[in-house]
Amino acid sequence: MKSFFKVLAVAVLSMIVFAAPGFASDTVKVASAGVISGDLAPYGISALRGVEIAVEDLNAKGGILGKKIELLVGDDVCKPEVAVNIATKLVSDGAQMIVGHVCSGATIAANKIYKDANLLIASPASTNDDLTFSGEHPNFFRTIANDGAQAILMTDFVKNEIKAKKVALIHDKGDYGKGQMELVRNNFEKMGGVEIVLFEGVTTGAVDYTAIVQKIKRSDAEVTMWGGYHSDASKIVQLLKKKRVDTTFFGADGIIGDNFTNLAGKYAEGVYATGPNDTSGNPLYQALSAKHQKKYGEDPGTFFHNGYACMQALAAAAEKAGSLDYDAMRAAMFEITIDSPLGPIGFDEKGDVVGAGFSVYKVIDGKYQQVN
Amino acid sequence: MRWINIALGVAVAGIICFFAVRELLIDPMYFFELFLGGLTRGSIYALIALGYTMVYGIIQLINFAHGEIYMIGAMTALIVASVLGMWGWNTAVIVILAFVFAIVYSCAYGFTVEKIAYKPLRNAPRLSALISAIGMSLFLQNYVMLAQTPEYLPFKSLIPDFKFWEPFAHIITSVEITIIVTTVIVMILLGILIKFTRIGKAMRATAQDKVMSALLGINVNNVISATFVVGSATAAIGGVLIACHVGQINFFIGFLAGLKAFIAAVLGGIGSIPGAVLGSLVLGISESYFTGYFYSEYEDVFAFTILVIILIFRPSGILGRHDAQKV
Amino acid sequence: MAIKNQIKQSLIIAFWFMILTFPIMVIKVNTIRHTIDFRWANLVGVGIVTFFASMTWNYFLRRNEDQKKKEMDDDIPLIHRLLQNDRFRRPFLGVVAAFFLAYPFVFPMYHTSIMISALVYVMLGLGLNIVVGLAGLLDLGYVAFYAVGAYAYALLNLHFGLSFWVVLPISALLGTFFGVMLGYPVLRLRGDYLAIVTLGFGEIIRIVLENWDSFSNGPRGIGDIPAPTFFGHQFNQENTMVYIYFIVIGLVLMTIFFVNRLENSKIGRAWIALRDDEIACQAMGIDKFKTKLTAFALGATWAAMGGVVFAAKTSYINPMSFTIWESITILCVVVIGGMGSAIGVIAGALVLILLPEYLRAVSEYRMLVFGALQVIVMVFKPDGLIKSVRKVYTFNVQEKAIHEQTNT
Repeated sequence: MKSFFKVLAVAVLSMIVFAAPGFASDTVKVASAGVISGDLAPYGISALRGVEIAVEDLNAKGGILGKKIELLVGDDVCKPEVAVNIATKLVSDGAQMIVGHVCSGATIAANKIYKDANLLIASPASTNDDLTFSGEHPNFFRTIANDGAQAILMTDFVKNEIKAKKVALIHDKGDYGKGQMELVRNNFEKMGGVEIVLFEGVTTGAVDYTAIVQKIKRSDAEVTMWGGYHSDASKIVQLLKKKRVDTTFFGADGIIGDNFTNLAGKYAEGVYATGPNDTSGNPLYQALSAKHQKKYGEDPGTFFHNGYACMQALAAAAEKAGSLDYDAMRAAMFEITIDSPLGPIGFDEKGDVVGAGFSVYKVIDGKYQQVN
Repeated sequence: MRWINIALGVAVAGIICFFAVRELLIDPMYFFELFLGGLTRGSIYALIALGYTMVYGIIQLINFAHGEIYMIGAMTALIVASVLGMWGWNTAVIVILAFVFAIVYSCAYGFTVEKIAYKPLRNAPRLSALISAIGMSLFLQNYVMLAQTPEYLPFKSLIPDFKFWEPFAHIITSVEITIIVTTVIVMILLGILIKFTRIGKAMRATAQDKVMSALLGINVNNVISATFVVGSATAAIGGVLIACHVGQINFFIGFLAGLKAFIAAVLGGIGSIPGAVLGSLVLGISESYFTGYFYSEYEDVFAFTILVIILIFRPSGILGRHDAQKV
Repeated sequence: MAIKNQIKQSLIIAFWFMILTFPIMVIKVNTIRHTIDFRWANLVGVGIVTFFASMTWNYFLRRNEDQKKKEMDDDIPLIHRLLQNDRFRRPFLGVVAAFFLAYPFVFPMYHTSIMISALVYVMLGLGLNIVVGLAGLLDLGYVAFYAVGAYAYALLNLHFGLSFWVVLPISALLGTFFGVMLGYPVLRLRGDYLAIVTLGFGEIIRIVLENWDSFSNGPRGIGDIPAPTFFGHQFNQENTMVYIYFIVIGLVLMTIFFVNRLENSKIGRAWIALRDDEIACQAMGIDKFKTKLTAFALGATWAAMGGVVFAAKTSYINPMSFTIWESITILCVVVIGGMGSAIGVIAGALVLILLPEYLRAVSEYRMLVFGALQVIVMVFKPDGLIKSVRKVYTFNVQEKAIHEQTNT
């Protein structure tokens, strides 16, 4: 066993040497970073697959500026500190543009590295307002609408369509879920006329949510709004139904998609959620879904089409700028309009997407269907 | 010093009683429902905590992989139930077989884990065994994740909604009743096993003094294996019932549930079986009331605060034996 | 004959594992599409792998036992012998120093970045080593002090604009303070009760950071934490990485120096004595409580400094970075490296933190391999990779005197 450590040391050193990047190539290196392992993996994998298929399509047409695209993949497990390491790795490996990350916290942490390396980054899923509103991320673009827009849609719908007077806001204490509910609370307070009877966080992955469900019941909330992901949501929805609490469950894009309806089963019926606009009528959207079905044997995940659009946007900007120069590409980003699976989209001066918004969905017969 | 402690205790208890009575008068139904919720939650913790406490009692090891055994029990039940369900078997048979397979497989995993990761470390520093347990826990989590799926799987309840109970199901569901009743039964059976059977006596002897019991002709290795098997069986029962309660499982459910159950076991006095159940119930019920009347954000903070307070006044937990230190 | 028996035994074990892993490895049910997939190839794979694994496992287990019988005392780890031997010590240290000096200039930024992470863990490991390795107090909430350091830098910088170099000593003091505050009520507890209460404190600090928005900005975390400056000069990203790298190297050297001196001081010897036998220690007149508290507080000090470096490097922190898993990882660093041995802890941190990064090549199986390695290392080297060597104190002068007395 004494030699064990020696062997290990040699192995690690040789790995370092082999892992060192190759030099000068005639490809354009695009990196896709996001969470592809752990419990949030489904979100990241769906985006990654979108990028993969977009790269295939672009390469079939000759790549970017006549060069083939080479895809680098990074897994940040949705943690800021890992994201920084991954970002430095991707930059060291010679990435020239970035698609990612998925979790907003990871994106914020990693963008410091990208900004310094003068790389454009397009995210398919990071919806945090700070990314575009703070002005500290000039190299950042996204193909998904921001949390603020989503929160406005949610509050308007609750007030004007459901006509609720009392709402309970429950979140999972995470940056995404809590941030979403705080925006919703601010909107309600500004609008007036809707009383917030409960604002509470629960522990993700807990074995039992009975107490919070009883609390919702006691608060007489007509609508229970949820900021968080699908797994905890389905536990709470089940309990609400079993305990016969008369309240409408309303979530954000964290619970959109088949993941949620499969988990909650019959209890999902009647649940509302906001999610990216249903563009399934778009021919490109349908073609891509078919391609995904053929390649992976299942329907595309939540951020698949957003991932595809990110790659499209970066490629279009490079073509328009005529080079991979940062300033030229950034300027081009504001001018382009691309025919994405989300419809024709462009970007505003903050880097937010124009043309792709959110709509409200309701679970009817076990499937999410657009209602507004 | 002693009088100050007692006076403080009485004062705190008085304040708690006052508020409890006030809330009870304001909204008795809510008070009662929170109690039932806490009882269910406590029973859930108890089913997992029993395994922890038994293993700890006998080899003083925090068995970190215990939560994973619980997860594997639930996973096996899910797989067996869905396969048989697709083959169109009778529901009653499916339920029985799913439970049987879950228990048998959990026991087998518990047994194997002990043989691989803990037995070679019997005479090693205690922390080494703890790290080995952590490694095992990581390994089992990732093994299930890779062999099955990282995603949450819907778990169709194996326990039917009792027809006659339908009018009261919103107060306490059939599954919740089953969990509470099962916990009571399991605790009684374990008590009988420990108190009256041969193996139970051997377990108690081994827990007290391994060398002496070996000298008296007890096969210590077999006794330890038996402890792991029994502990795993209760975890499996817990796993299946909890999966029925929450309706979903994935590879990671063992970790959080295991952690809470471990806290409960320590609270009750680790190594003591009634202590594990009592600690779980105290933890579950007080958490439920805290969420109900205060902030659910700080539920875990509250749980840990209770733990710290109880351990400061009773350093070996509520029912723990206060061992004299050996020199 | 023996071989035949072993093969038979391994065959039985392989068969046992084939049954054991059957439902999880072989059956895959898709409840949505209503399909059952039987993956028989996995069954065969499990059989073959466990057969050979059990052969090697048993072989090494036996060899380990033989060795134990043969050499009871003189199995001092190679590296210690190297360091004790004057002829090898200097060249060896020279090579190590040269490697670490050249490292950031030879390898790309990514490698510097993960090396910084690993070196932060060296610091944390050495700090926890005081608590767990030397004083024998199992602390599962060590991450609390790490969080204190990281948030101290982030918040003091955000509100008062204090720089890295100002915050570093402040956070060290804060760490000590928190160590004393948390240690004071709980150090009366023994063994695993202490472990679970410290775990509780770790979680409490994280949950408070998560929920107390106006103080810590909640789960959204704090961003744009500036990197350390060099006499007011701010480097670009790549040079900052190199700069932080050397800061950490400096801090690690300082830690090694301090821990080494502490270990051989009066208080250090008291820790070790306390770990080995509490009652004897008290009988000798050592203040048990005070000694434990110093260990706890000093451990916390290093964790807080590690936290400052972490915040400066990551530039964004949120409570998710300070979960109980982090405490467990640090504990693994100490135990796998070798409790009580500084060199062991360094080796443990480098292996444990760098290994998963390089295992990214087998990304999916990364944590599986990692967990298995933990078990394997513990089973075959229960004292850690490089175990600590007790310092032998000799009283040459007196012996000589006795010698002379008996001779005359």
